[in-house]
Amino acid sequence: MSRMGRQTFIYDNPPVIAAHRSVAGRKEGEGPLADWFDAILEDDLLGQKSWELAESEMVRRTARDTLDAAGLSAGSVDALLGGDLNNQIIATSFAAKKLGMPFIGLYGACSTFVEALALGAALISAGNLDSALCCASSHFCTAERQFRFPLELGTQRPPQASWTATACGCALLRSGGEGIRITSGTLGRVIDLNISDANHMGAAMAPAVFDTLAAHMEDTRRTADDYDLIVTGDLGWIGRDLLMELCHGAGLTMPEDKLVDCGASLYYREQDAHAGGSGCGCVASVSCAWIMKRIENGELNRVLLSGSGAMLSPTSSQQGQTIPGIAYAVALERG
Amino acid sequence: MSRQPYTAARYRQLVADVTPSSRMLRGYVRAFWVGGAICTLGQFISLWAEKLNLGEITNPMFTTSVLIFLGTTLTGLGVYDRIGKYAGAGSAIPVTGFANSVAAPAIEFQREGAVTGVGARLFTLAGPVLAYGIASSVLVGVIYWIVRGWLL
Repeated sequence: MSRMGRQTFIYDNPPVIAAHRSVAGRKEGEGPLADWFDAILEDDLLGQKSWELAESEMVRRTARDTLDAAGLSAGSVDALLGGDLNNQIIATSFAAKKLGMPFIGLYGACSTFVEALALGAALISAGNLDSALCCASSHFCTAERQFRFPLELGTQRPPQASWTATACGCALLRSGGEGIRITSGTLGRVIDLNISDANHMGAAMAPAVFDTLAAHMEDTRRTADDYDLIVTGDLGWIGRDLLMELCHGAGLTMPEDKLVDCGASLYYREQDAHAGGSGCGCVASVSCAWIMKRIENGELNRVLLSGSGAMLSPTSSQQGQTIPGIAYAVALERG
Repeated sequence: MSRQPYTAARYRQLVADVTPSSRMLRGYVRAFWVGGAICTLGQFISLWAEKLNLGEITNPMFTTSVLIFLGTTLTGLGVYDRIGKYAGAGSAIPVTGFANSVAAPAIEFQREGAVTGVGARLFTLAGPVLAYGIASSVLVGVIYWIVRGWLL
């Protein structure tokens, strides 16, 4: 395993994405990407007793579908890497209990999926694992009750608020075979530019995304020209504008048509999602559906996928702390 | 290439410039008419109570009870959150909004059980209103008790 610069792994033995699956909730299933998702939930409760169990069931089903697509059983995959937004990542760990696989629980807020890809790829490239299932999920109803208000409370959201996606994405990484290759991964630094509005996560995360993209370009001596698409996780429409401004201010070339944000792509503006989609499941499902399928069908050759998280908790917000952000990035290349 | 193109202060300004503001005038108009409509409804209930000859003490309590019943019922039917999304403070400030703020956590946290769920979380939103409402009424009472000799 080699490294370039301060933050970037170069995977000497690039793992391949042998299979991937995405599941989206009803609102997400009415959005512009509806046709790309592998499954759309008819019941956001998935027949469970609570929203948390519903999210966990969504993770389990997505993981199971991914394994089925690769023709593997849970017992033959070396590890599950993933997380969600619930306290102590219960949705993922409860799913891991049912799957019975060795488990690496991760928390990077909405960056978790890309964090899992970067780490899973490192463990496979180094020979520690032969295969790894990387997943992340979020559910609107679990996030609302944990971070905001009860669902039936009559409140208004400000225009900068994002909408937590009910969605899950899962990718199976293997040491060899056919599929999209993960060639490099860049770790993020925790960046805080003193944004304290817990509704404005796009603003809190944009500086972290900029920092990671800049680190990736600097470490690998690449520019935006080397990529067909640069995908960000869930900055939303406002956060994407802020990232463009940050790149412009720093002299980092970022063509307007190459920068795509998953959160800004998940809903139509008329769907009342305000600033766009967020949540671990946003970048996970959109990249497993829309981005990876477009690489596989030859439309895209090389994509830089980044995911960003706002590392706040209700406690830190109530104590008046500002919102630190983090972002990870991985380079995906057609096999 | 600079890794920190913006200072926190400059970034804050950029965020303020890029972020659209809430549509205040539209919000005021909606809050005004919905809040006014709820209060007018309350007035009609009060007039009805007068016809029923419930008495000076029971009449206002009857009005409040009916409004709380309506707010709670509309919360249970999944309607009040939509009214609140439209009207904002117009439906949050009247007593129906107070009922909504108690009924919503009651519904949300029933899965955590009767004691640690509904019991413990029932007043998570209404709690501050109760605490400071009662505290301020005690304070006003004490002030009244001290100055009433001069007033009368």
